[in-house]
Amino acid sequence: MSYMTKSPWVIHYDASSCNGCDIEVLAALTPVYDLERFGIINTGNPKHADVFLVTGSVNEQNRAVVKNIYDQIPNPKVVVAVGICATSGGVFRECYNVAGGIDKIIPVDVYVPGCAARPESIIDGVVTALGILDAKRQAMKEKKSENAGNRGDVV
Amino acid sequence: MIDFHLNYGGQFVQISQLLLFLILFPVVTALFMLFARRGSERCWIVRISAIAIGGAVIVLLLSAFDKGFVSYQIGSEQIGQLMFVIEMLLAVYILYLGVKHRKSFTIALILVQAALLLVFEGGLISGIHPVNSLFVDQFSLIMAIIIGIIGSLICVYALGYMDTYHHHHAEIKDRRRLFFSVLFLFLAAMFGLVFSNNLVWIFFFWEITTICSFLLIGYSQTPEATNNAFLALSMNLLGGVAFLGAMIYLAVMDPSGKLFALDSLIHSGYGVAIVPAVLISFAGITKAALMPFSSWLLGAMVAPTPVSALLHSSTMVKAGVYMIVRFAPVLSGTTEGLIIALVGGVTFLLASGMAISQDNAKRVLAYSTIANLGLIVACAGIGTFNLMWVAILLILFHAIAKSLMFLCVGTVEHRIGSRNIEDMAGLIVRMPKIAVMMFIGIAGMFLAPFGMVISKWAAIEAFVNAPFGLIFIAILAFGGSLTVFFWSKWMGKIISVTHLREVVENSVVKEKWAVLYILTGLVIVVALIFPLISSVLIEPFVMNIYGMTTRLSQANLTIMIMMLGLLMIMPFSMLFYRTGSRQVPPYMGGRPMVSDTKFSGSMGVTRQITLSNYYLENYFGEERLFMTGVTLCWGLLLLAGILLAGVIL
Amino acid sequence: MISLPVPVIDPAISVVNAIIYLLLAPFVGGLIAGIDRRVTARMQGRVGPPILQPFYDVGKLFEKENIVVTTTQNFYVLSYLVFMGAAGMLFFAGGDMLLVIFAFTLSHIFLVLGAYASFSPYSHVGAERELIQIIAYEPMIILTAVGMYMVTQSFFVSAIANSGIPIILYLPGVFIGYLIVLTIKLRKSPFDLSTSHHAHQEIVKGVTTDFSGPNLAKIEIAHWYEYVFLLGVVYLFFGFNPLIALAAIVVAYFLEILIDNTISRVKWQLTLRSAWLVAGTLGIVNLGVLFYLKGVLAP
Repeated sequence: MSYMTKSPWVIHYDASSCNGCDIEVLAALTPVYDLERFGIINTGNPKHADVFLVTGSVNEQNRAVVKNIYDQIPNPKVVVAVGICATSGGVFRECYNVAGGIDKIIPVDVYVPGCAARPESIIDGVVTALGILDAKRQAMKEKKSENAGNRGDVV
Repeated sequence: MIDFHLNYGGQFVQISQLLLFLILFPVVTALFMLFARRGSERCWIVRISAIAIGGAVIVLLLSAFDKGFVSYQIGSEQIGQLMFVIEMLLAVYILYLGVKHRKSFTIALILVQAALLLVFEGGLISGIHPVNSLFVDQFSLIMAIIIGIIGSLICVYALGYMDTYHHHHAEIKDRRRLFFSVLFLFLAAMFGLVFSNNLVWIFFFWEITTICSFLLIGYSQTPEATNNAFLALSMNLLGGVAFLGAMIYLAVMDPSGKLFALDSLIHSGYGVAIVPAVLISFAGITKAALMPFSSWLLGAMVAPTPVSALLHSSTMVKAGVYMIVRFAPVLSGTTEGLIIALVGGVTFLLASGMAISQDNAKRVLAYSTIANLGLIVACAGIGTFNLMWVAILLILFHAIAKSLMFLCVGTVEHRIGSRNIEDMAGLIVRMPKIAVMMFIGIAGMFLAPFGMVISKWAAIEAFVNAPFGLIFIAILAFGGSLTVFFWSKWMGKIISVTHLREVVENSVVKEKWAVLYILTGLVIVVALIFPLISSVLIEPFVMNIYGMTTRLSQANLTIMIMMLGLLMIMPFSMLFYRTGSRQVPPYMGGRPMVSDTKFSGSMGVTRQITLSNYYLENYFGEERLFMTGVTLCWGLLLLAGILLAGVIL
Repeated sequence: MISLPVPVIDPAISVVNAIIYLLLAPFVGGLIAGIDRRVTARMQGRVGPPILQPFYDVGKLFEKENIVVTTTQNFYVLSYLVFMGAAGMLFFAGGDMLLVIFAFTLSHIFLVLGAYASFSPYSHVGAERELIQIIAYEPMIILTAVGMYMVTQSFFVSAIANSGIPIILYLPGVFIGYLIVLTIKLRKSPFDLSTSHHAHQEIVKGVTTDFSGPNLAKIEIAHWYEYVFLLGVVYLFFGFNPLIALAAIVVAYFLEILIDNTISRVKWQLTLRSAWLVAGTLGIVNLGVLFYLKGVLAP
């Protein structure tokens, strides 16, 4: 077991949600549920984060922001789309100003449907994401050693 | 106390000749400068003179460092009369200028001074001649090194600077012949000041430095420059009057004239020496621009930057503290000494605070100078042997780091067209070499294990055992932390990487580089070899005067050198970091970055990131602190005056 | 600097102490941080993370990618860590207290410079605030060292620790003053201006905003080194009896956690004012009384 899964730091971004999912996300982060038990911390800064929780569908105003935050999270990182709007655009899918789900902009690892998504499923989604995060870490490590190996071959 | 009464002859001839050379040679250069019509002639004369002066100082150092106190009987009545005539001519000149520019205060002061001088020379001077007028000891040597090496480096730097200066300011009349002439005259006067054992001579050179600074500050002849030059002149004349007062007092007290020898005056005890000591310390306070007289040094910023560098590091203000440190043994343990130390302490604390509120680089440097001079005077006023040691060390470290800083700021100002610290953002990219030098210069001013922190540290340890030391420890603790603030934020400014990427330092001429490299090297080297300087020069000097001396703790020295080594190794770690990190723009609350330092703001408007430092004006605003300082220090000086009146009566 | 009476101490012991500090301090510091988080959670009616959580965090940060705004940030952070360690080693080797303080200032300046280097608004505000914190706490720390000198006649940590004098009885005011600035140094509310720990939210993350992955981990380790040093100073006040000293450290740290959890953050103005007021009253008055007594009592 790596450290990665024991200390996932979360950044939460509201793309254009009705706030229903946000309230559920924040509820799960409150002291009542005490996510710090699992080392989970809600950071306000992508550069410190591992897990990107996005709620709501992406619109024209914030697609650049979603992309920007994603880019500023250091690898390995996972994206969890929370709520039906984030997974597919939901009822706003056909709106003139809505691009659709989060996966139209950045790669999404876990989809948590629901309107609003229930805390249990959000937590379930994050736990699933942790598995993916660890896999990504391993892939990154292998790639690194592979690169090192390749360099050795050239020399 | 070793006292050699050798008239030309014997083994010390060489040294006495060197002393005379150092005083007279710059005068000769100054005369040549007046007549050097072409730029190239000027360049060569300045370079050769600088090398000659620097060389002579080093030869002097090598031949005199182990001799202790050596004095020479030189001169005759003619020299005294010549000095008197020059002083009177200068008085007439100042009177003329004062009338021309309608400066009534200056006129009044110069009239008083001339009258006192006439009284002194006319009635009291008889029998005052037979003193050993020239001398050298370790403290003089240190001062001579500062004047000879840093001073002449600044002169060389000024060559390139003044070219650019007149190129940028076409409206200012080119009076460079006078300018360089006065620069060298200034050096001569400083050498004279530190090598004279005769108070009459010291006063003469003292007045010459006043006039020189007046001419240099007013160089550009703008109304602002003229006003500030007169401000400096009147404040220094006030000091001159006090100095004259001390001489008249001595002449009245002891008509034999023995006390006019600096060395015997200092050892003549409280009863005799305290009045002249305090009066001359007052003169020193005006010259060193301590509060309440700090405004002249800030006003002096209108002058070209080499002048500021010269005034702040190796001449002028150092003359002021030099005299006070000389009188430290007399002041030690007296109420008057405590008061003078308090003036220094208050100045240190408040000037450090005021530096926080300034964004003009030269003003920050000026306040930092005033603060450090305050600290030196605080050490000298309390005047225990440890503090004397600290004061001399401070003079040395400060001179090097401050001259480097001024010259860097001057160079930067010519390239980026501003002396505002905010405009120096990203200097590390635009002028990498200068930025690194500034970085080292600033580190020299406040970071361990460089010079100024060594002195601050030693000062705390010395004040702990001094009478009333607690007051000064408190002042040091608070004032010291303030200096950390304004230096660090300046450092932060120059190392941040901004949108300005164009390298603009290529046009700096070689000469300037050479000077800057030497000074940067000196900052580091002196931090490394100061134990040597201490054991060869400062400790024997202190030993001579107090019979006790400071010893450096070996363990601490080892650690300091290890720290310095570590500090010099660390930058190499950057080599390992060339790759392996992904570069992304700074976090801007999620807003996308258009280019490196532009972001897309609301409504799709592209904006440039601009950052400004904190100046905390409500807390450290200039006016507020300045008024406090002036009131406090005038109060203290008045108190000293009352005490003095008590002693005289 | 100046050679005051140097304690007779075996250099071998100094070196061993310094090495022990270098190796063990991160573990002790991390453990303290872990306990801190646990106790904080309990105070808030939560279960809290495992005691070893800080180590997991740092382990994870080292597994992450290093992203920077400019590569010089790496250098500043490394220097911060190295000088923090060096200063702490000097302290535990029994070196000169003032030199230790200056070395700590040096290391903090590197952190500040690292934040400045990124040219980001959030880091910039963090850096300025960190500097305000430095000017707020430094006078009191220096007065603490001077106070210890006045009691034990030595600036050397080894001599102070082995003096056998109950320093706390002579310096109660200084001790309280030190505890108050300790709140600043431990980055606890109400004085966590520049950045804060675990679940607290700063304006983004203050001085550490533009550090990530391994760099952030190094900053965290430097904090651990600092914890041990700061609590080491608390030890000195009670150096005459190690057991009491350890108890004092526990009580002091618990107090800090309590304050952290019961008082909200204040503005920098109040931080600066209160820290200076404390240094100016408690610190200087205490030293003044000591100075006076020394003059009166000693012949």
